[in-house]
Amino acid sequence: MSGVKLRVWGEYACFTRPEMKVERVSYDVMTPSAARGILEAVYWKPSIRWVVDRIHVMKPIRFDNVRRNEVSAKVPVKGASGVNAAMKGGGEPLRLFIEDNRQQRAALVLRDVEYVIEAHFEYTSAEDRNDGKHLDMFNRRAGKGQCFQRPYLGCREFAAFFEPVEGDVPASPLADEPPRDLGWMLYDLDYRNDMAPLFFRPALEGGVVEVARALEREGVAS
Amino acid sequence: MTVINNRYEFVYLFDVENGNPNGDPDAGNTPRIDPETGFGLVTDVCLKRKIRNYVDVVKQGAEGYNIYVAEKGVLSQTREPAYKTEEVQKLKKKDEQIAAARNWMCANFFDVRTFGAVMSTKENNCGQVRGPVQLTFAKSIEPIVPAEVSITRMAVETSKEAEAQEGDNRTMGRKHIVPYGLYRAEGFVSANLAQGDKGTGFSDADLELLWQALGGMFDHDHSAARGKMSPRGLIVFKHQDALGNAPAHKLFEAVTVTRREGDGPARSFTDYAVAVDKGAIPDTVAVDVKF
Repeated sequence: MSGVKLRVWGEYACFTRPEMKVERVSYDVMTPSAARGILEAVYWKPSIRWVVDRIHVMKPIRFDNVRRNEVSAKVPVKGASGVNAAMKGGGEPLRLFIEDNRQQRAALVLRDVEYVIEAHFEYTSAEDRNDGKHLDMFNRRAGKGQCFQRPYLGCREFAAFFEPVEGDVPASPLADEPPRDLGWMLYDLDYRNDMAPLFFRPALEGGVVEVARALEREGVAS
Repeated sequence: MTVINNRYEFVYLFDVENGNPNGDPDAGNTPRIDPETGFGLVTDVCLKRKIRNYVDVVKQGAEGYNIYVAEKGVLSQTREPAYKTEEVQKLKKKDEQIAAARNWMCANFFDVRTFGAVMSTKENNCGQVRGPVQLTFAKSIEPIVPAEVSITRMAVETSKEAEAQEGDNRTMGRKHIVPYGLYRAEGFVSANLAQGDKGTGFSDADLELLWQALGGMFDHDHSAARGKMSPRGLIVFKHQDALGNAPAHKLFEAVTVTRREGDGPARSFTDYAVAVDKGAIPDTVAVDVKF
């Protein structure tokens, strides 16, 4: 068995829908790729790959709206005002002026979230196959509150707190609600295939997103 | 320049007196407020902007301390250092060039080294630099009640307005203020993102500058809208290594801000008591109350 359970929570979260990225709108629940990122922030090695099985939603789903001034440009690499020109000397001084590149963007974010992520890992190569080692390292770190970097809930400004779950996962407050189809949702990015997004069709049943079951039922679409 | 090799968390307290710490563009620039609870908010990007401006003012564009995402106001004083790099011309491979460009950005720009940056163009993607320093939204300790203050200007903008007023030449405006609010922000420094080939090289000296910026940034950010803003507390938790020794939420819970005895709404910092429960913090984490 190579399964882990991690409780994560925070004040805000934004799991951005890819079709609404400019004025960000969050999915109702955490995506498997965001959950994978949180696990990787705690423990990861190139020889393993985290696979998310289940995401328990432990708080009612609530939204809030935040509008911020954001920069509309990225750092150019090429061209007279780019990094390369500045590195060679000459060219214009390398700066990005926020007044010239400003966008006010709203974000529809989740408030006061808590999830329990159930996941297991698979091996990516023939080396370093030792279930006990990886499990112990993950659980040790999660228990001590250690992390490689601070995990976050979709965006880095929404930091996540985490702790391991002892024993069974407590019942979700949404357990008595009728099942709800969440529609097509981002599953993860296919890094082997030029970062193509993969989608799946989960349902929220008894306060739990059954990731593995949704994959069995519908598979992924890209 | 030694790269940091400890994990840090910090709690930062600041207050505002008769000013608007962070306007909400969605609400006509009134102070940001959490509609459900009435608590005031200051966004992470607002605080980062002030840190950038402070470093820009203090370092005057000294080598290694340029600010990439800049406000115009300070640029005229900034002397751009001469860039001397032969490295790029030597490199033939694209990924090596990208890595060199990335490292050069980190070495020269404080904000890229600290907060990260997205460097990509259409044809070649430099990927993203993830910075070690992460800030969250600051939230007021108690609900705030913004006040709207109407003001008069003894002049008008256009002659058309003057004619309409028959020479009275006055316009009314309005300011939004928070009479008093004490805000608390929390932050994280992940040493792993500073270290190694893929790290940004964020050093101990940079960290000191960050603490310094949190202490002094409001002194260089006075304006008609801000009122009086002051840093009131910076409590830094230093772990023994890069992974850390205690859950962050346990450390944050050890810092409590409570109202002192007294009636009515808080109107100054003396109405609050800040306590750090050292007993709740494991011995493996060093607590440093900077101010």
